[in-house]
Amino acid sequence: MIGAIAIGVAGGVVAGLLGVGGGVLFVPGLVIFLGLDQHHAEATSLLAIVPVAIAGTYRQDRYGNVRRHDALLLGVLSLAGAIAGVVLANALSGQVLRDAFAALLVVVAAQLVRSTLRAAPIPPAPAPARTAEASPPPRRPR
Amino acid sequence: MIGTLAGLFSGLFGVGGGSVIVPLLVLWLAYDERSATATSLAAIVFIAAFAAAVQGAYGNVDVRDAALVGVPAVGGVLAGTWLQQRIPTRTIALLFALVLVASAVELVLR
Repeated sequence: MIGAIAIGVAGGVVAGLLGVGGGVLFVPGLVIFLGLDQHHAEATSLLAIVPVAIAGTYRQDRYGNVRRHDALLLGVLSLAGAIAGVVLANALSGQVLRDAFAALLVVVAAQLVRSTLRAAPIPPAPAPARTAEASPPPRRPR
Repeated sequence: MIGTLAGLFSGLFGVGGGSVIVPLLVLWLAYDERSATATSLAAIVFIAAFAAAVQGAYGNVDVRDAALVGVPAVGGVLAGTWLQQRIPTRTIALLFALVLVASAVELVLR
């Protein structure tokens, strides 16, 4: 129980801090620390993502960043894909799925390195009169 | 198209699908990064819920673990975004990329 809470808090902090999605952390956390198999870890991660995404959407919507019509359309149109993805995941063996997930982690790591190096080529110089308004907007978890 | 791809990706890997949706919104629909991230987050609510429901039909969802992970994670995200405004994240991001690669190795060796 403590392990699951720790995975949630740690995953959440990193998601908020770095703009990486929660699921990318929940799945390996559940497999490595709680000993879930890959299928159960992925399924459980999906449900765990829902409250995180709701809270994030609520905040972003208050800033007016959410294009509601497109979001709704994307969400509704994802249904067929989501079914196909889950059916495919369950057709694969745990080992194949785990190796594929490991490859995904490496891709996400590469994306993170690239966006980090692009966003901040040099550690932030002492900017003149840097105010709260002038500071960059937070990156959001994906 | 983006919705279907994102759903497939999410259902297959048990993640939200933001790493697919955001670049596609930027590339194909000319979104700016911030709207793309925010809109993707809203779409993920539906995508993850759909995929979780289908996984539930397979009996794979552990609701208790999901609640124990997901609810504290909301607090974690708030703490993370608060911290992000106050500390330089560059080094942390690069270290975390290493953690991801290490997790990948651990998963493969399992």
